[in-house]
Order: sequence, then C-alpha cells, then structure tokens
Amino acid sequence: MTVQDYNFAYLDEQTKRMIRRALLKALAVPGYQVPFASREMPMPYGWGTGGVQVTAACLTPDDRLKVIDQGADDTTNAVSIRRFFQRTAGVETTQSTTGATVIQTRHRIPEAPLSEGQILVYQVPIPEPLRFLEPRETETRRMHELEEYGLMHVKLYEDIARHGEIATAYAYPVKVEDRYVMDPSPIPKFDNPKLADNPAIQLFGAGREARIYALPPYSRVVSLDFEDHPFTPSRAEHACALCGATDSYLDEVITDDRGSRMFSCSDTDFCASRQAGRPDGEGGA
Amino acid sequence: MNQLAGGFHDPAIQSAHAFRALLEAMARPGRIHRVGGALPPAPLSVAAGVTVLTLADATTPLHLAGAADCAAVRDWIAFHTGAPLAGPDQAQFALGTWQALEPVDRFPVGDPAYPDRSATLIVEMARLDQDGPRLTGPGIHKTARLSLPETDALRANRALFPLGFDLILTCGDRLAALPRTTRVEES
Repeated sequence: MTVQDYNFAYLDEQTKRMIRRALLKALAVPGYQVPFASREMPMPYGWGTGGVQVTAACLTPDDRLKVIDQGADDTTNAVSIRRFFQRTAGVETTQSTTGATVIQTRHRIPEAPLSEGQILVYQVPIPEPLRFLEPRETETRRMHELEEYGLMHVKLYEDIARHGEIATAYAYPVKVEDRYVMDPSPIPKFDNPKLADNPAIQLFGAGREARIYALPPYSRVVSLDFEDHPFTPSRAEHACALCGATDSYLDEVITDDRGSRMFSCSDTDFCASRQAGRPDGEGGA
Repeated sequence: MNQLAGGFHDPAIQSAHAFRALLEAMARPGRIHRVGGALPPAPLSVAAGVTVLTLADATTPLHLAGAADCAAVRDWIAFHTGAPLAGPDQAQFALGTWQALEPVDRFPVGDPAYPDRSATLIVEMARLDQDGPRLTGPGIHKTARLSLPETDALRANRALFPLGFDLILTCGDRLAALPRTTRVEES
C-alpha cells in the first residue's frame, strides 16, 4: 500500500527534477562527479541516502526493485530501504537479480550478469577517489580538471613498496573512458571487472557528499595498475560452504568462539538460486 | 481549448515515465523512445513538451529559438514550469530546430572544473530515424546510427570533451539523445 501523505517515491517533484538533471549530465560526462542539492532523508547518512535519492528519481510504478547490502537481500539496510519504497512508491519488490528492473546496492555488484533495461544504483560514502590523498575539495577538483592523477599512482606504488602488491582490496580506483579517475564505491575489487562493458546503466549517489556520477552502458572502465603489477581481482581461496560455488565472492563467517569459520557467497540470491538448482540469479521472490 | 492546457495531469507518474525514457536515451545514444502525456502548443512537438515539463523549472534558464519563441509557447512554459527565458549564453536548456539554434557554439559548454554546467539543446527534428551517421562511444554496443541534423558541429563538440553541450532530439512523440561523448562519423 502506498502512503498517500507523500508524493510518489517520497521526494517532491522539484527535487526529483534537480536530481534528474544531474543524472543526465552524469551520463554525459562518465565518471565525473556532478554536485547536487542532496536532501535530508528519513534515514541517517551512511544508510544510503544518496542511493535512495537516485532510486527515487528513477523509479516508475512499473518497476520491480531489488535492494542489497553487501550482496544480501535480508540485512537491515536492504530490508528498510525496500520497505521504504514499497510504502512511498508502491513498487513491486523482488530478491531476484534477473527479475529486477532497478537494483540499489551497497558495496557489491550482483553475481548474475545484468542486462539492458536494468539500472544499478550504488550507495556511495566517499565519492572522491583522491580525498584521502588530498583533503581539500578545491585541490581535488583542480586535479580532475587537469587530469593530474599522479598522486593516485604514487599511492598504489607505495602499496607495492610496503606490501609487495597493491593492497587496496575494495573501493579500488578506476579510470573511466580514459579521462576521469572514479571511486567505484566500496565494492570488493573482485567486482571491478563487472563495471566495464556492462549492459546496464550504473548510477552512483553520495548523499552526505552531495555528488552523483554515472557509467553509461558498455563504458570503458579500467582498474588502475602498473605493467609489472597488473590488476588482479581477488577472492578467498575456498568454495562456498552452502552452494559450492568457486567463482563467487565469499563472506567469511565466524561460527563459534574457538576460531571456526566458514565461507559462503555474499550474494544471497545467487547462493539460494544455486542451492535450489535454479539458473543463477533467478532466485525466489 | 484553453491555451494553457496540455500539461501533465498526473505529474509525478507521467514525469517519472518521461524521465526514464530520457535517462535510457541519454545512456544509449541512437535509441529512440516514445513519450507522452503533454500536448504543448504549436510548433512544439509532444516530445519537446514532455522534455520541458520533465526537466525545466524556475531554476533553469531556457532559450527559445526561432519559431518556438512565440507567445503561445512562452505562456505555456511560464505557466507549467516557471522557467525563466534567457539568451543563448545563459541557457541551461535551449529549444528549437537545428537551423534556429545555429550557430550552436554560442551555448554554454561548461567550465573545466564543472563540465556539468553546460547547455542541453532540445532539437526539434523533421525526421528521427535510426539511419545516417555512425555513432560510437559510451552507451553504444559496437555502433549505432541516427539521423542527425549535421555532423561537423557535433564533431567539434566531441573534441571539447569533457566540455560540450548535450542534445535531446525530438520528433513528434519520439525522442533520442546525443551526449557530448558520442563520436560521429559520416557513413
């Protein structure tokens, strides 16, 4: 049931127009962070307020929405955002990756391949990939303007000098269409290859930092690396304890207080589909 | 009929559907989408009217070029969107035929620090089909084709990247888009 006290999808029309204009410019300049007038949402910063605003601006009543948090459909953040849009937009929801038209995600890209007609909305905490190297917004803006990304390579080089390899395991920086360096949000670097050449539209919303950016379908997205230290997506050297998958991203779960642990798929829909013998990503509703 | 009729009768839902068409169009240059819900006064097409209602408001200076700059259109846009009319150099949106919009290099292309501060041109087309110049770039799987108004100005616009204006091409109730990233080649 839709709560009639709110406009469709919670936000007022003026706000949605502002976000929609930012989304179109974000698609026109892939990887560039478009400033937008982020609104206070009825949830705290860090709970996906940026993603929620982008989703609200994109939803139509015909959509089927899936929300995942670290790959899981059944965690607090995912459940509360899904329920938010059920109540304020009256949209259908699903846990199936292939059955969804809009997927809002925190920190994962689903295992099942996405297709044309789907939109993946990322919740982004810190959109500026250079922020921990240069705290001043005026300076990072100029660095993007001048395509001055040497500092990022120095950071990756220092990783190698210290650890013998690039130790960055999540929020691994990428270069989009040979121009802008972009933070793909804190997805594991295992997911980085899926950013590139993806048939779906990928939209990124950072609520607290008030930035929107985007990857059009089939964009060139390259993870930064060095010729002698090429980018390698990594995963735990185990099979999923529940479905046996050897090609999915795994969570490490501590099972008692004596150090026992198990590894299982972080993507719950993928794992459940495999356990039920269905094709990947065609999980239950 | 009242001169000011023809706006969305259910703005939240109709603009949501219209925006999805615009989003898909901007994300996949060369694809043509059908939109509806608005009946703007002549000479505006349905698609141009829908685009204006969906994206323009009191915060977006709009330039009307050529035949689109008539009293009926001015009144309709003022009533439904409140968008202030502006000259080409101040415009966030510009609306007209390609001939009326020319020379297109008078529209804002953004600032090197803020390439998003650029104009979006809503170009009224006599014909909009998936033939003509070859398109490549982000959003396009291999190649696409679209009947563009011309190619030289668009190639010059592409060369400005990340600066540049973006196009929304409208014809009847159909629209397509051409972001600044698209490479255009005469076939």
